[in-house]
Amino acid sequence: MEAKEYIESGVLELYVYGLLTEAENDEVNAMANRNPEIKAEIIAIEKAIINLSSSFSPFLSHSQFEKIKAQLELKHGKVVTLKAKTKWTNYIGWAASIALLIGIGYQYSALNENKTEIKNIQLEKNKLQQTVVELETQNKETNTILSVIRDAQTKAIPLGGQAIDPSASAKVYWNQEQQVVYVDASGLPEPPEGMVYQVWALKLNPLTPTSIGLLENFTADRSIFKVDHNAGAEAFGITLEPAGGSPSPTLEKLYTLGKV
Amino acid sequence: MTQEELLPLLLRKEERAFTMLYDMYSKSLFSVISNLIKDREEAEDVLQEVFVKIWKNIETYNQSKGRLYTWMLNITRNTAIDKLRSKGFNNSQKNLSSDNFVHLLDDSNKLVNRIDTIGILEFVKKLKPKCVQIIDLLFFKGYTQQEASDELAIPLGTVKTQNRLCMNDLRNFLKV
Repeated sequence: MEAKEYIESGVLELYVYGLLTEAENDEVNAMANRNPEIKAEIIAIEKAIINLSSSFSPFLSHSQFEKIKAQLELKHGKVVTLKAKTKWTNYIGWAASIALLIGIGYQYSALNENKTEIKNIQLEKNKLQQTVVELETQNKETNTILSVIRDAQTKAIPLGGQAIDPSASAKVYWNQEQQVVYVDASGLPEPPEGMVYQVWALKLNPLTPTSIGLLENFTADRSIFKVDHNAGAEAFGITLEPAGGSPSPTLEKLYTLGKV
Repeated sequence: MTQEELLPLLLRKEERAFTMLYDMYSKSLFSVISNLIKDREEAEDVLQEVFVKIWKNIETYNQSKGRLYTWMLNITRNTAIDKLRSKGFNNSQKNLSSDNFVHLLDDSNKLVNRIDTIGILEFVKKLKPKCVQIIDLLFFKGYTQQEASDELAIPLGTVKTQNRLCMNDLRNFLKV
C-alpha cells in the first residue's frame, strides 16, 4: 500500500491510542520501520493527542509527585552497615566518624530543609504568577470587549425571552466591520449541570440556523462571550443544549431570540 | 526529549529519568484517569499505581512493539478500569461514564492548567460535537472500533477515518 494511503486510512491514530490487535500492530511497526514518513506521522499524532489530553488534566500538586517518588524509594540512599571490631584503637576512628556523620547529617537535613523551603516559595511564586497572568488575560479580554461595545459601528441587538422563560434576556453586540460578535448572557439563568447554552446565527428565509459558539463555563461573573462571526445573520437565538452542543438547535429549549 | 533518549535513562532507573517521565506524561495520563474516575482522591491513587507499575515493569516494554506512550496509556486505562470494577461498577466498559472529557474542565480545580488550556478551549469550542465524542470513546475510554460504531450509530468502516479527520483538525490547530 502507498504510504500516503496508509496514513490517510486512520490506522496510525488507533495505533497510538493502543487499540489495534497484535497482528495489526505488528503490521504498523513493520511499515513504520520501512518508511520514515509513517514513523514521523506516528510521532506527530502522539504529540497532538498528548497535548490535547494534557490540557484537560485536573491540577496535579507537587506533593502528588513527591508521594509517588517516595513510594518508588527514589529519595533514600542505600543503608550501609558497619562491621564492628573489638580492638580499642578502632573506637577512636569510630568516634571520629560518628561525629563526622552527625555533622554531615545535621548539615544535610539543614540543607534539605532549605531546599524544601525554596521549593515551597518557588511554588507559591509560580501560583501567584499564574494568577497574575490569568488576571491580565481577563483584563485584556474585558478591554477588548469594551472597545468593541463602545465602537460606533457596533450594533446592539436585544434578544427577548421566549416561552420557556419569558424573563430571560440577552444582548448581541455585532461589529460587522471588525467581524466580531459578543454575547452578553447575564440575563440568562445559570444552565443546569451537563447543559450548555449554544448561540445560533439565523437566516430567516428559509430558516437556517448556524451554530456560532457555546457559552462554556457560564457563571454570574463571566457572562460575556465571544462567538464566531457570521456575515449573513438576520437574527440571533440562544438555546440550551446538552454539553458539547448540538448540530441543530432544540427549539423547545429556545431561551432568547432577536432580529437584527 | 524523545522516548528514544528517555528510555535508556529509565532502564538505568535514574531519578531524573522519573522526573522527566512524570513531566512529559503525567498530565495526559491523569486526564484519561479522571475522565473515567470522578472521585479525585481515587483518581490520584490510580495515577500513583500507574507510575509504580510503569517504573517497576519498564524492562518488559519492548520498543519494537509500539510507542512507550501507548504502552503507558494501556497500563493507565487498564488500571483505571480495574479500579472501577473493584468498586463494583458495571463490568461493561460501555457503562463506565456518560460524560466526555470536555467535562473535565467544569469541575476541576479553579487554577487548573488554565494558562495552557486557553488556546485548546477555543479550539474545543470549534471542534465538532461528533469529534469530541469519537476522540472521547476511542482515545479516552479505549472503545474498540465496533463499540464506537454501535455507540455513535455510524458505519464500522468510517470510525477510523472520521477519527483521523478530527485529529487532523486538532493537528492543524496545534500545527503538528
